[in-house]
Amino acid sequence: MSRVLAPGTSAPDFTLNVTPDQKLSLSELRGRPVILAFYPADWSPVCGDQMALYNEILPEFTKAGAEMVGISVDGVWCHDAFAKDRNLHFPLLSDFEPKGEVSKKYGAYRNGDGTCERALFVIDRKGIIFWSYLSPVAVNPGADGILQALQDMPR
Amino acid sequence: MATLKVPVTATDHIQGDIKAPVTLVEYGDYECPHCGHAYPIVKQVQKHFGKRLAFVFRNFPLTEIHLNAEVAAESAEFAAAQGKFWEMHDAIFENQEGLGLPLLLKLAGSLKLDATALRNALENRQYAPRVREDFLGGARSGVNGTPTFFINGRRHDGPFETEDLIEAIDERLTETKATV
Repeated sequence: MSRVLAPGTSAPDFTLNVTPDQKLSLSELRGRPVILAFYPADWSPVCGDQMALYNEILPEFTKAGAEMVGISVDGVWCHDAFAKDRNLHFPLLSDFEPKGEVSKKYGAYRNGDGTCERALFVIDRKGIIFWSYLSPVAVNPGADGILQALQDMPR
Repeated sequence: MATLKVPVTATDHIQGDIKAPVTLVEYGDYECPHCGHAYPIVKQVQKHFGKRLAFVFRNFPLTEIHLNAEVAAESAEFAAAQGKFWEMHDAIFENQEGLGLPLLLKLAGSLKLDATALRNALENRQYAPRVREDFLGGARSGVNGTPTFFINGRRHDGPFETEDLIEAIDERLTETKATV
């Protein structure tokens, strides 16, 4: 298992595709708490997979002023189809080329599998990691840790 | 380790004694096929443990992927207000394939509930706050999909076939005995 970046670390900036012709940089979200959720793959075969769950809880994240972002190594077209199918209301970023580059910076890449870990980061308004969590890859970590971190974060 | 943040109280929908040695809490969605799968399993688990087990159902509708989950949850809460929560809960899961407003109104009728009152309650979103409260409590507790089970407040990760749940509950019963 990899070691994810710890609280207190400055969150490495990145720019990734969010749609086939649109990019998003972490630095653009500065000033607001950001939730980064690395996950292994789109299309996991369960109801209420991790992204569908966060989509459902999104109003609570928004209430805390936070931005939610999902990241996997899936390509933009895959993300596009997945987001439409699940009616997702937050961006999915493609850590696709060079594959896993951003995930590796966060210690959230699974070398053997070539996918992201299930790793969560809550980044504060200044771009510092406030909370991070690495879940066993088979276990959807839920949102309790994220909600708690947003609550504990100084205003 | 995800734990239940909202303790079981008398305001919950409970089958069995709230003081039973084991309490199984399910966060479920009436439209979720996995919850439909779990429905008879929970009945078997309840039969297996008898009075040693209390079962609680809380709402966790995934409304973005299940269009009828919210109305179903609110309908069950409507029935609850008239003392028929479990009748409605069971009836919905037993007719899950046809879920939708027409079915819910029909089920209300067959349970001798006022279908017009149900329609009004759904239009006014009368029971939406209760459903949302369940949902948020679940989110804070680490519910990570549906169904999510908590056994004596601890999230059950992994498969939830009858034998899996029985085994997990047996473990908790042993622990409980050890600490008494």
